[in-house]
Amino acid sequence: MSAALLKHWQRAMDWRWLLPVLLAGGLVVAFAIPHFRLLNNYVQLVLICVGINIILATSLNLVNGYMGEFSLAHAGFMAVGAYSSALLSMKVLPVVTHPALFHLAVLAGGLVTALLGLLVALPSFKVRGDYLAIITLAFLMIVKSALENIDAVGGPRGISGIPRLTTLPWVFCWTAALVWLIRNFVYSSYGRGVLAIREDEIASDLMSVDTRRVKILAFMLSAFCAGIAGALFAHLLQFISPRVFDIVKTTEILIMVYLGGIASIGGSILGATLYTVLLELLRPSTVAALLSWLPAVVFNPLNEYFIRHLGMLRMIIMPLALVMVMLYWPRGILGMREFRGFIPLGDRWPPPAVRPRGADVA
Amino acid sequence: MTLLRATKVRHCFGGLCALADFNLDLRQGELMGIIGPNGAGKTTVFNLLTGVYRASEGSIRYRGVELVGLTPHQITAHRIARTFQNIRLFRDLSVLDNVRIAHYSQTRYSPIEALLHVGRYRREEQRIIDQSRGLLAIFQLEHLAKETACNLPYGSQRRLEIARALAIGPELLLLDEPAAGMNPAEIDQLMELIGSIRRQFQLTILLIEHQMQLVMGICERIKVLDFGETLAEGSPEVIQNDPSVMKAYLGEDSAG
Repeated sequence: MSAALLKHWQRAMDWRWLLPVLLAGGLVVAFAIPHFRLLNNYVQLVLICVGINIILATSLNLVNGYMGEFSLAHAGFMAVGAYSSALLSMKVLPVVTHPALFHLAVLAGGLVTALLGLLVALPSFKVRGDYLAIITLAFLMIVKSALENIDAVGGPRGISGIPRLTTLPWVFCWTAALVWLIRNFVYSSYGRGVLAIREDEIASDLMSVDTRRVKILAFMLSAFCAGIAGALFAHLLQFISPRVFDIVKTTEILIMVYLGGIASIGGSILGATLYTVLLELLRPSTVAALLSWLPAVVFNPLNEYFIRHLGMLRMIIMPLALVMVMLYWPRGILGMREFRGFIPLGDRWPPPAVRPRGADVA
Repeated sequence: MTLLRATKVRHCFGGLCALADFNLDLRQGELMGIIGPNGAGKTTVFNLLTGVYRASEGSIRYRGVELVGLTPHQITAHRIARTFQNIRLFRDLSVLDNVRIAHYSQTRYSPIEALLHVGRYRREEQRIIDQSRGLLAIFQLEHLAKETACNLPYGSQRRLEIARALAIGPELLLLDEPAAGMNPAEIDQLMELIGSIRRQFQLTILLIEHQMQLVMGICERIKVLDFGETLAEGSPEVIQNDPSVMKAYLGEDSAG
């Protein structure tokens, strides 16, 4: 009896039920929230942003975490996806009468961006590390100033009046699909090639890994996802301008990646969620709303002080928290580790026994 | 039958020629050693053969195919594998993943199948895992399959490097100082291991080594390099009695 129970317990703890449950449950909840108005518009907006940020963080992690390169081009990819899909849905596709065509515009935005990802992969054949970071930064600046100087896309004024078609359930579907694709890629021979490039590029070439092909695929997949995130972003805010997609946006995504943990899909999801939600929680209005739940006698004096200074504190607390994380978890919260539920069954095993480094070296 | 033929290969770094007029004839199934003092150009030979460097002059033909100008992974696809003088494992990855990565060129599924985990993906992955575990078993590393590579003891890391090279499915195996840092007992085991994998995988082996016990013990033919030039070539007995080799190794006086 107890043996059977134990077996059931072990089976439950292998988490293989988790992914389907998460997906099905998430889908139901995501559709139910707007349908039954379970949450107000503000909370829905935050959840949509969480989804978009999860796509951005996971796709950047593919290049910066798994492959160990340092790309700063992500906001540029996002811009290309946002602009191309916005133009499509405003000028070409009749999305207002046929809202389903919106997904075609999003997909097209992703594909255009993937082509651009190919372009960024080319310099990565020759340079890596800091030098590649500078090249990708240059790419980001080129995209931004190109958009600022093309009148057909509004120049520095950007594009406004994009139909608002990004909704919570659809963001959930896109996020789940893209994270699934990246996870599948990571757990394939190409994904192992990506890891090998991070560990030792010359050795991986000598172990038969076609490093150029692997880099192209990784950059294209990463750009594709960022482009789709940008497209969803454009159809959420209804307004985009070149200024939205600058180095600050890239930095935000980098923070999510390194906070959650490099080379970890679970980490990227965690990092994007934590960063987005915490920043929202630290808004003066949110803090005031939260504090109003507490006994007035205790918190009223505090309350006033907090609200007055929180606009500033917000910009202190977050960076401070980040410094602490980097000091105590240099690879991020879930760095180089993965949530078991995300690992395909063939790749799973119990975690290796911890052995102090160097204890066994002859 | 000649498997690998290098003719008049020359390689210079700027003004310094690490290798001049290098010729090599490697017959199928042979076990040949390259020895020479530090800086003689031994590892440069390996780097030229595997495409890490591109020869300034000369030709390297493997089964009639010109290797000069090919990239390392193209050369590896011709079933030439190597190990490294200073161990270059994928340190932060598991032992099993180290061997699985070397199966890259033998994996038969497209990026689309990889993205969706459909089609040939499952069957191929299972095959690679089975083959990798089989290789690890040969090298007595199977129980360490899940361990991170850098946590392995030194001797095991050396064996893992050879296992990883064999995952490519090579006909020609290049071993760069496989016995470096090993004690005499470990060297005996290594010699046995090299002999057994040579039979089992029908390998042609070219090895660089300083350890004379190993070189004289297993090599059928030895080539001596010094300052990028070939000093002597022949069977271990011939090399042991060659005065120019003694001079290079021990100095002028002992040559007499």
